[in-house]
Amino acid sequence: MSLAVHLRSAVCLLGRFPALAGVDLDVRAGEVVLLAGPNGAGKTTLLRACAGLVPVVDGTAIVLGHDLRVDRRSIRRQLGLVGHATSLYDDMSVVDNVRFTVRARGGFTGAVEPALERLGLSGRLRNVAVSRLSAGQRRRCTLAGLVAVDAELWLLDEPHAGLDAEGRDLVDQLVGDARARGRTVIMASHDLERASAVASRQVTIEAGTARRRPSSPDRPSETPAPAPEVSGVG
Amino acid sequence: MWADAGLVAGKDLRIELRSRVALNQVLPFSFVVLVLFAFALDPDRGVLDRAAPGLFWVAVLLTSLLATQRSFAIEAADGNTDALRMSGLDPAGLFLGKAAAVAAQLLALEVLLLIGVAFLYGIALHSFGLLALTCVLATLGLAGAGTVYGVMAFGLRVRETLLPLLILPVLAPVLLAATRSFEAALGGVPRECIGWLGLLAAFAALYAVVGLFGFGPLLEES
Amino acid sequence: MRTARTPVALRGSTMLGWASLVLVGATVGLGLALPRTQEQAEYSRLIAVHPPAAWASYVAVGVAAFAAVGHLVTRRLAWDRVTIASLEVGSVFTAITLATGSIWGRPTWGVWWEWDPRLTTEALLLAILVGTVALRRSLAPGRGRAVITSVAALATVGLLPVIHFSVLWWRSQHQGGTLLAPDPASNADNPYVVAMLVGFVAFTVLFAWMVVQRVRIEALEEEADEVVLGRAIAERRAEGRPTSGVTA
Repeated sequence: MSLAVHLRSAVCLLGRFPALAGVDLDVRAGEVVLLAGPNGAGKTTLLRACAGLVPVVDGTAIVLGHDLRVDRRSIRRQLGLVGHATSLYDDMSVVDNVRFTVRARGGFTGAVEPALERLGLSGRLRNVAVSRLSAGQRRRCTLAGLVAVDAELWLLDEPHAGLDAEGRDLVDQLVGDARARGRTVIMASHDLERASAVASRQVTIEAGTARRRPSSPDRPSETPAPAPEVSGVG
Repeated sequence: MWADAGLVAGKDLRIELRSRVALNQVLPFSFVVLVLFAFALDPDRGVLDRAAPGLFWVAVLLTSLLATQRSFAIEAADGNTDALRMSGLDPAGLFLGKAAAVAAQLLALEVLLLIGVAFLYGIALHSFGLLALTCVLATLGLAGAGTVYGVMAFGLRVRETLLPLLILPVLAPVLLAATRSFEAALGGVPRECIGWLGLLAAFAALYAVVGLFGFGPLLEES
Repeated sequence: MRTARTPVALRGSTMLGWASLVLVGATVGLGLALPRTQEQAEYSRLIAVHPPAAWASYVAVGVAAFAAVGHLVTRRLAWDRVTIASLEVGSVFTAITLATGSIWGRPTWGVWWEWDPRLTTEALLLAILVGTVALRRSLAPGRGRAVITSVAALATVGLLPVIHFSVLWWRSQHQGGTLLAPDPASNADNPYVVAMLVGFVAFTVLFAWMVVQRVRIEALEEEADEVVLGRAIAERRAEGRPTSGVTA
């Protein structure tokens, strides 16, 4: 199976600080990987690096077949990043925001309505300006954009944060749907219990480096854990 | 590229229609500037009407600063500047769309300001063709340069203070040429406008080129 | 950047330094030795300094643009160092041009500033250079900053003719030639022109030397950054070390 993400000793800087100090990560296409680790470990930077937003200054970084050290711009159309901030236009309505996201990607505008419905935004909230929504509702709007665009690789940075129980269940369902459709998902989360139920594998990031652990023993992974790879710690 | 430009311009203008910032904040700001000039220059001494073209363009310049800042502020809601880069939009189209939206808003404001100047400073307006041409060329330059420097400062925390410092000296020739063009048009010497209009066109062309080719790399790195 | 430290390069830059010292000294000497003129008295000596400083400021912008193109084409940071060095040194020479121009104009104009076209262009140029340097200082080091600086430098160069002509046409409505137009009645050709030409050469050499020094400083800063970075990476990795040993 092809690798969606291949990182070896990847180093990323935020200003002068090495947020990633040597990450090894292999994610196969169709996998759902959970990124775990304490605050400040570099999970967000790792996701942003995979999205091509942060340059990788050392090591190898190949995402969806593109070498990020050569060109980190062209893969962006093929992936979706949902971060802490909402990436929405406050003054536009929910439907206009999602429609803009889809059209900017050159996607199929017919996917907008189903996505809104899936996220529970097709009723009263459809035409409400984003600035008037609660944080949880805004997160749903961002997710609706992600679903409508149907990217090949999903990069989710703490998608459960700020959502009520219903919202969290919805996120899990979306991840499950994505996986069923063969999409690859990398998710950073502090809610390990919930997240590892959906994930096939967990990777722990600590201090800018990554090691691998097998999935939790009471939920056997669908693919056997391969031979452990030595992490990039010097 | 054109499709993306249209999409972005449409989006920016739709946001403006919804939020009405240009209408409710920027327009009153420019009128306040006109009034302040009157306070500074004392209408009774006959300086104000002679200085009117220049004052008009200073007001427009300051207004364009606000419009440019606003254009980029909407992209960085929540302090997050990633959305624009992740959007998948063609950078040249993005530049054109943003500049076009700013230009459209500026042109609308200029029409109203012109009426305001005629009203407040007692200027008789004529040669509307030349005035309009001056406005269009100058606005293209203001919008283009504003968008270029706006994206350079996009990711900075000090964006609000740095942008005026970057942009205003650059826009000085636009102020100069547009004012002289207005003076020539209103003074009944239309032939003198030609050189100034040429300069405005050169300026607009320069920043159109810089923007079309440079916006992508600049956005990436800011 | 090892080239900054090779014996040849060091000796070359030292020679450049001595040459500029000698030439600037010669310029000053010639300037002081110039006969006084009728109208401008002592101030006419500034012909040895003011036009050369203006020339150096334009050279700076030209070099910055050239290096900017170099960076954008090759993406090598060495070019970017030259760009920022030229921009900064150019600011210095622009400021000198403004100061000497203002002082020189005082007796002729009676005021410190008279919106002379060339000086006004230099004043705008100084503002733009200062802004560009400020922009660069606000950006994190690396390739990104280099691209932005390069584009800004190129835009400035493209802008310069627009500024120049707009200011020139504006002021030519009000006055005749600029400060630099020599007045045949009061200037005998030779000693003044000689002093000025020596000044041109001297300031060009001085400019080159200053840029070389600035480039070396920039290179050394980047080397220092690498060392700090290496240390930071090691520290970062060491943060995670207590839990190492956990494998699948």
